[in-house]
Amino acid sequence: MADEVILLDFWPSMFGMRTRIALEEKNVKFDYREQDLWNKSPILLEMNPVHNKIPVLIHNGKPVCESLIQVEYIDEVWPGVNPLLPSDPYQRAQAKFWGDYIDKKVYASARLTWGAKGEEQEAGKKEFIEILKTLESKLGDKIYFGGETFGYVDIALIGFYSWFEAYEKFGNFSIEAECPKLIAWGKRCAERESVAKSLPDSEKIIKFVPELKKRFGIE
Amino acid sequence: MAERSETEEVKLLGMWASPFSRRIEIALTLKGVAYEFSEQDITNKSSLLLQLNPVYKMIPVLVHNGKPISESLVILEYIDDTWRNNPILPQDPCERATARFWAKLIDQQICVAAMKVVGKVGEERDAAVEAARDLLMFLEKELVGKDFFGGRSLGFVDIVATLVAFWLMRTEDLLGVKVVPVELFPEIHRWVKNLLGNDVIKKCTPPEDEHLAYIRARMDKLNIKSA
Repeated sequence: MADEVILLDFWPSMFGMRTRIALEEKNVKFDYREQDLWNKSPILLEMNPVHNKIPVLIHNGKPVCESLIQVEYIDEVWPGVNPLLPSDPYQRAQAKFWGDYIDKKVYASARLTWGAKGEEQEAGKKEFIEILKTLESKLGDKIYFGGETFGYVDIALIGFYSWFEAYEKFGNFSIEAECPKLIAWGKRCAERESVAKSLPDSEKIIKFVPELKKRFGIE
Repeated sequence: MAERSETEEVKLLGMWASPFSRRIEIALTLKGVAYEFSEQDITNKSSLLLQLNPVYKMIPVLVHNGKPISESLVILEYIDDTWRNNPILPQDPCERATARFWAKLIDQQICVAAMKVVGKVGEERDAAVEAARDLLMFLEKELVGKDFFGGRSLGFVDIVATLVAFWLMRTEDLLGVKVVPVELFPEIHRWVKNLLGNDVIKKCTPPEDEHLAYIRARMDKLNIKSA
């Protein structure tokens, strides 16, 4: 019986991008279904009754919610190709720690770079750069966060890379000036087929931000 | 009993009244792993703690053969990956994903809602109670027909949810605010009774009197009225 894989997603979501990338890494065919977050579909409400949020992965009718949980699920269900997490328990714990760090820290401060003004925006920019610097020092001189192979932590962060130019434009600052190694890492990852297929153009995100601000009622 | 070499060194930097620290003790005890417990003063953090968890500077930190692991959910999974007896997470990937989902809900949303209940007053508190109950209702439904979240025996979600059983539900007694009344949450109450019948849980839960005294002292310090 062929697998039925559906992804409920929203094209600019850096969280949805994680799941897209993981599926592409594993060469899994999936049915991508764009969602309208301001007019949520019955399937979204049914498959994620707790949060009503994307992404939702539906595998043979059963939903999996939360993007990093989906990435791990995908790695467990399709183990043969391109392992996303290390097999060593300690290395795996390190990867999950940093994935969790990215989840806890990056979005909130990044959002302030375009969604806030004045002092709040400046504080957001400062915190955002500090968090990126922490990640950059974790990356060090490695090709990817996991070392030689692209994996879980890279997947957790790379979606934000598609938003970097938008943060820079609306926040009026340069990420490359502060974190050149991270930008180099982003460019390397973007050359991977799975990433290239899954990340929208920065230009598209830049055009989207004013629309998003309007939706959130931000000036 | 797990078979490991005698040079295996397992140390836990924790705090007796922390739900996050206690859940690690439950996991290690379930697996029969011998460990050295190092009680930390979280108001005056040791240089060891700061060195082993430079990112968050928080307990618990598990140190296994000199290598530190932080963040309780990460530690729990590490323990399950390393000592394979008495598995905590289910085998099936979909069930594993579901267990991780509930654990995240408890730590990131229920815990936050519970803190708001304690920290707010009046209408804001009422709203926080409502929000907490809406989230807890999902856990309530999960328990229908089960002795534990893990099924017939303790699992990952049970260990994480001890935060609800022994922290939220003990605090609500002191606050005089019933967030989890038995009329609304009969399954959760039944589950707590099941927990209390388990030897590992009993061993690894802060003794009630001392715990209540500790919570009361903290509430007094924060000028929160106790019942």
